[in-house]
Amino acid sequence: MKRALHLVVAVAFALAGALAWAQRTVLQPGAHDALAPAGPQAARIGDLWDLFMVICGIVFAAVLITLAVALRRAPRADAGTPADVSMADRHEPGPYRSVLVGVGASIVLLFVLLVASVSTDRALARLPLQGALNLTVTGHQWWWEIRYDGDPVSETFTTANELHVPVGRPVVVTLRSDDVIHSLWVPALAGKKDLIPGRTATLQFQAAQPGTYRGQCAEFCGFQHAWMAFEVIADTPEQFAAWAARQRAEAAEPTDEKLRRGREVFLGSTCVMCHAIGGTDASARKAPDLTHVGSRTTLAAGTLRNDAESMTRWIRNPQQIKPGVNMPSSTLADADLQALVAYLGSLK
Amino acid sequence: MTASATTPNVPRNAVPPTADDVLALERTWRDPPGWIGWLSAINHKAIGKRFIVAAFGFFVAGGILAALMRLQLARPDSKLIGPDLYNQLFTMHGTTMMFLFAVPVMQAVSVYLVPLMLGTRSVAFPRMNAFAFWIFLFGGLVLYGAFILDIGPDAGWFSYVPLAGPDYSPGKRVDFWAQLITFTELSGLLEAVVLVTTVFKLRAPGMTLNRIPLFVWAMLVTAFMVMFAMPSVMLASTVLITDRLVGTHFYNPAEGGDVLLWQHLFWFFGHPEVYFIFIPGLGFISSIVATFSRRPIFGYSAMVLSLIATAFLAFGLWVHHMFATNLPELGKSFFTAASMMIAIPSAVQIFCWIATLWTGKLNFKTPLLFVLAFFFILVLGGMTGLMLASVPLDLQVHDTYFVVAHLHYVLIGGAVFPLFGAIYYWYPKFTGRLMSERLGRWNFWLFFIGFNVAFFPMHLLGLQGMPRRVYTYGSEMGWSGLNALSSLGALVIAISVLLFVINVFASLRRGERAAADPWGGGTLEWSVASPPPACNFEAIPVVHGRDPMWEPQPEPTHVAGLATTSRELLMTTVLDAVPDSRESFPEPTIWPFVGALATTVLFVGSIFTPWAVVWGSVPVAIALTAWFWPRRHENRAHLALEQQP
Amino acid sequence: MIENGSQSTHAAAMARREASAPAARAVGKALDVTELPSFAFSHRSLMWWGTLGLMAIEGMVFALAIISYFYLRTHADRWPMSTPPPALLWGTLNTIVLVASMLPNHLAKRAAERLDRRGVQLWISVCLGAAVLFLVIRAFEFAHLNCRWDTDAYGSIVWLLLGLHTFHLVTDTWDTGVLLTLFFTGPLEGKRYVDVSENALYWYFVVLSWLPIYAVVYLGPRG
Repeated sequence: MKRALHLVVAVAFALAGALAWAQRTVLQPGAHDALAPAGPQAARIGDLWDLFMVICGIVFAAVLITLAVALRRAPRADAGTPADVSMADRHEPGPYRSVLVGVGASIVLLFVLLVASVSTDRALARLPLQGALNLTVTGHQWWWEIRYDGDPVSETFTTANELHVPVGRPVVVTLRSDDVIHSLWVPALAGKKDLIPGRTATLQFQAAQPGTYRGQCAEFCGFQHAWMAFEVIADTPEQFAAWAARQRAEAAEPTDEKLRRGREVFLGSTCVMCHAIGGTDASARKAPDLTHVGSRTTLAAGTLRNDAESMTRWIRNPQQIKPGVNMPSSTLADADLQALVAYLGSLK
Repeated sequence: MTASATTPNVPRNAVPPTADDVLALERTWRDPPGWIGWLSAINHKAIGKRFIVAAFGFFVAGGILAALMRLQLARPDSKLIGPDLYNQLFTMHGTTMMFLFAVPVMQAVSVYLVPLMLGTRSVAFPRMNAFAFWIFLFGGLVLYGAFILDIGPDAGWFSYVPLAGPDYSPGKRVDFWAQLITFTELSGLLEAVVLVTTVFKLRAPGMTLNRIPLFVWAMLVTAFMVMFAMPSVMLASTVLITDRLVGTHFYNPAEGGDVLLWQHLFWFFGHPEVYFIFIPGLGFISSIVATFSRRPIFGYSAMVLSLIATAFLAFGLWVHHMFATNLPELGKSFFTAASMMIAIPSAVQIFCWIATLWTGKLNFKTPLLFVLAFFFILVLGGMTGLMLASVPLDLQVHDTYFVVAHLHYVLIGGAVFPLFGAIYYWYPKFTGRLMSERLGRWNFWLFFIGFNVAFFPMHLLGLQGMPRRVYTYGSEMGWSGLNALSSLGALVIAISVLLFVINVFASLRRGERAAADPWGGGTLEWSVASPPPACNFEAIPVVHGRDPMWEPQPEPTHVAGLATTSRELLMTTVLDAVPDSRESFPEPTIWPFVGALATTVLFVGSIFTPWAVVWGSVPVAIALTAWFWPRRHENRAHLALEQQP
Repeated sequence: MIENGSQSTHAAAMARREASAPAARAVGKALDVTELPSFAFSHRSLMWWGTLGLMAIEGMVFALAIISYFYLRTHADRWPMSTPPPALLWGTLNTIVLVASMLPNHLAKRAAERLDRRGVQLWISVCLGAAVLFLVIRAFEFAHLNCRWDTDAYGSIVWLLLGLHTFHLVTDTWDTGVLLTLFFTGPLEGKRYVDVSENALYWYFVVLSWLPIYAVVYLGPRG
């Protein structure tokens, strides 16, 4: 029995290892791990996690060891062994003391955990917010609308599915939802917060070092909940300023025939029913803003790499890649589609 | 045969019961034969067995759904199951396990065992008990019918609005889910009333509240929780249906409703619900640890107080399911404290059991093995529960596979493992045969190993960012290995459950025959034959202590004078079980079954039109009135026994 | 308290007490219960506990609905949101009739506890008449709520509160009608008097649970 057990476990691990090794890499996602914090919020939570692991680990071990000792030392019996009712309604001092000690220790440890938890909670709420960058994220079925609330208002711009933040500066995100409940979660940076229709919530975080951090919707929101991701790119302040300036500008003008053709295709087909491109007549807000779509690292809410091949596949048949998504398949001729993809790729 | 001065013509049992008494009692208490007889059965043991079998049937169905989910998640970017079907799978899995298995099976086992443990022949309202079983069964069948017809629910087992509202879940899928709640909550609530009344009024003389088995305490406490918590989800799901069907705005923020109202109402029920599942498990553990340690559980009073404290505290935790919403932070901290505090009574119980094992003499049979697994699995789940109770930690792992791991550790460790132990323990009582000890060990070890291999990796997956309810994930996320391992564990669980099912069925024919008391248990169910006669006890016992089978029994030992040709039972007082009156109990009848059918038509009709409530209530009223209406021959039999107070 | 200290008077008093409160008698191994009554009222009956359980459950539903009313109210800028409050006339009238019906209800309960068949027939008939009357008035209440269930969340919760209570009125009316019929046609036994007594208890619940609902629906929006 024991050997069979060892064999099963060995096979299981071997299999898991083989599968891990055999992974293909389509995308290079940003860091997406709650235990690899890259900002003060996630770091404080990580510290609390460590404390809990230690205390809970000790308690778990203590309970199991006590049980194991109890099982080993007790004499064996069978159904015929007479039951011992001599202690019925009488005080048993040994067990009584032990249980009391166990309960007392549990209460003390629980109190420690409670205090640690509440003080972490307060620390998280005390992130200094001077000079914060203000964003409004609106959740949609199955993409993220991100609006940078500029000061003055004329500096406001909108993008989708990709957030840039300057390193070391606090970010205050106002959370809204256009349809159902979503949840914004970037594990490397902070805990999550729900986007609830009819309510406004806020989330604060800060990135401590430059890098790309991935986030994913964490509240079941329908068909494509699984593929509703986004990226948070922490830039140096200079890089961020440059990026923001580019995002504020209108869409790049086409510089050759193919790109012009691409823009005509865009403006002449159903795309404009949902998508906006700044500087053109297309101003619908039902789908991601495409003004600077060429500058993003991913497409389709973090699902695909942003390159011509993926863009083509996506436009041609989004239902193949994300069944149930709100974007219909296209009936464009190949040449038109290529021009469109080239145009969109040029919108950096 | 004794006689009464006031009603001399009715045969009554003597002590010890004569052969005539035994024969008459058997004829009086058994269920009628044939198909109509089967549908008219109201004997609590018959209903209990059917209920247990049906609940386990749903368990297997829910398990198959889970196996399909694990098959899909075993590889990244899998095209095996698309989002539409996957969303239905996890919705059906959760709904089945929570509403059609975990809560009902506990009530089912108690329907069988509680009268035997209390020393009586029936539950308090045997016809209502039968009705509750049929309603539960029909509700489950309606849900699965919808699933098979591709109109099954797909918005998750807790169906958050607005996703589950009229705008984002068109059609009838969510309505079938909401109506399933109505079916199962009706069943659960009725069973709770039956149980409380049975425990308070039908105990054997001398069985003071202080002497009832800890399992009965657990079920009593659970029944009270049910009565106060289930109404919340009944209300919530009913107004979800009205939002969807007739345009009310309870959950519609555009017209003054609130999305979080659903969450509050649901989780006010939902948190206590996990205790409806967990607390009966604690009851099983007390029964099994006592018998297999050859001593009563240490600290009876502390155990009872812990059960009661757990039940009270359970009502104060619900917001910990909502920590990621924009509720005020100070409020959330209160719920952190409460959620941690509830660990204390559970700790008391665990330490008392360990003390019992420490000072006992141990008989390592399969029931005890399953109970020992509790200490590993549930305690680990309890530790992750403390983590989830902390708001900052929860904000990282909420709605990820970490929570999936936690909930399975506490529910399977805290309830399913003890339940399996309970089945191995009481199977000889139900069937007269023992389950195979050898298959039992294989079952146990495969389940234990498979469970940990399947669910432990999920803790890591959650921390590594994998959310719940995703039909697939990218290969670049680094989640593939652990998912594959988890799916392998699920396969092992499936094999272990298969072994269990084989053991159950094979032992029916070929199991070793069981005497009345194969394990040397201390409580009253072990004093009767395996399986018990239709009347349970040929003479109702008189009880003088907590473990009547283990303690010497002074006189009087049994009750004399109850009718043998009529269904008559003894009612005793609530606290001290002093004999108080004799009550005539109803005979088998088809009306609970017919009433359940009529109610089903009303419930299903009202998924489609509100007018169903009006015209559907006519057959229901007719059935319930026919159910109530006294039959002349029963009336004559009762009048023959009548004695005014 | 026995004032006369004589032994025989004491014994006679004990015997009288025992005769009026029959108990089980221990005779060797047997505990003989033949002298116990075959039915009993109030908490000594199963039906009382069943009714109490039902009251706990329904009470909880009402409580949660009332809490939901206030929950929605705290989230609203105006209350009622877009309609005038319900007309006071019909609701207040019904409240008066409901409270008044507690008298025949009480008398029916007393008659049942006396095992007085005629008394039960009389007072249950009056109760049934009252029940039909309040159902009629309840229809007017609905018509004069000044909102529909689908107007807004306020309309929804008001219709829910009134609807839940109406459901209980309807079922209690039916129960009372069935019991009344049975008391005319038979077959009767002691247990049926207990049923009448417990039906009366439930009736109290239907009336008393109305009072907070009335306050919330009719006085709430005016507060």
